Amino acid sequence: MSEPTKWYTQEHEWMYEAGVGVWRIGITDFAQQELGDAVMIELPAVNREVKAGEACAVIESVKTASDVFAPIAGLVVAVNNRLEAAPELVNQSPEDQGWLFEIRANEAVQPKADFMDLETYQASLDA
Amino acid sequence: MIASQPTPLEPLHRELGARLTDFAGWSLPLSFAGTLAEHRQVREACGLFDVSHMAQFALRGPGAAAALGRLLPLRPAALKPGRGRYSVMCAADGGIIDDLIVSCDGASDYHVVSNASRAAAVASHAAAAIGPDCEWTRLENRALLALQGPRAAAVCAGLFPAAAELGFMGSAWLEHAGKPVRVMRCGYTGEDGFEFSVAGAQAVPLARALLAAEACAPAGLGARDVLRLEAGLCLYGQDLDERTSICAAGLQWLVPPALRAEPAFIGAERFAAENEHGCPERLVGLVLEGRTPARAGAPVQLDGEEVGKVTSGCFSPNLGQPIALARLASERIDPAASYAAVVRGRELPCRLRELPFVPHRYFSQKSVSAK
Repeated sequence: MSEPTKWYTQEHEWMYEAGVGVWRIGITDFAQQELGDAVMIELPAVNREVKAGEACAVIESVKTASDVFAPIAGLVVAVNNRLEAAPELVNQSPEDQGWLFEIRANEAVQPKADFMDLETYQASLDA
Repeated sequence: MIASQPTPLEPLHRELGARLTDFAGWSLPLSFAGTLAEHRQVREACGLFDVSHMAQFALRGPGAAAALGRLLPLRPAALKPGRGRYSVMCAADGGIIDDLIVSCDGASDYHVVSNASRAAAVASHAAAAIGPDCEWTRLENRALLALQGPRAAAVCAGLFPAAAELGFMGSAWLEHAGKPVRVMRCGYTGEDGFEFSVAGAQAVPLARALLAAEACAPAGLGARDVLRLEAGLCLYGQDLDERTSICAAGLQWLVPPALRAEPAFIGAERFAAENEHGCPERLVGLVLEGRTPARAGAPVQLDGEEVGKVTSGCFSPNLGQPIALARLASERIDPAASYAAVVRGRELPCRLRELPFVPHRYFSQKSVSAK
């Protein structure tokens, strides 16, 4: 089985299609390094309707509180409950075990038009 | 934007892979291994901080002692050579200009360490207040290193055996690699520790020598802020400002009892009045339920009414709970009450907690003789 293609946002979040029309979302390794050690993560309620660009989670680090935005409009269908007891997963495994939530998209997502691929995202960090 | 000023330790920070940040116009390490790891390092072994941004001053001359008694709420005669203390410099209206460490290096010779952000305000206040028979001078091109933690004494002894003789807030001029180093037993974490004042050129060799000890690792400003808050120590610009008085900051203890009847320092009128009749606001410690910290500026409510604001807040790794300092209306301070800190529209339950949040473990002669 091949790795699903990840797409990236300017807010330093990643997303990939985990099921048909269902997108898993988290923050990038760059973002977790900028935030520092996470001490508490507020996740959205399951079944919450979110708009694209809406702040729907908060990562409290030792340094500061940062919003996480819904990259697409839709319904929150799952959250990563492991983060409640282990917020450090966001630092240790930001792009895998430290995922945040899943959204079922309201409309077909056009990743090529709206998001960056890995190469473009990496280039944006170096810019 | 003005570029941050590098400290003499900057090349070493880069070599050690520090994440650098701007603090009060200086480029300083925010973290090395990570804030939580560095916090643990300091509580369990020891950490080395670059605090070279702190402003160092000398007050010297025949009139230095008299000038010190005007500038600070202390009795200069009681500050013997080799001894130091924490103090505050107040304006004529009793507002705190800065909090600082002052120590006596010899007759008519005092060393003062103030906050970087307040260096100009401290210097201009001092220049205007002292007489012509002494001089207030900024010591340029010096570095300041802070070694903090339960293993600090052992690490320090490897380089400066004589430092073991120092009591808490004691200082001495010692030598490293043939060069003079001012060593003082003090710090900003609640742990035992030492601060080393050296010429800029000596900073990297001294830091390398200290870091060579297995018990020692570099630590950054992120850990320093969490450690000082756990120790209930104020940060100027957050918990203290020019409107905060000695009593409002809960710092009455630093005015010696012998001085309270007839205080001679600038700003004493407000201190005397508030010490007698109380002051409208006071700084208190809060512990929050849950895991969400309340940061500076978060309103604090009692019975649905705003009674003050958080001035500093973080998640305390030692307590496993969020902690905060808050400025509350004195008449609404009640140790039995349930308060709420408002964060993102949510009311987080909290209670008053006596400071410090984490007990101080400063060096004391008594603990040595008891062993």
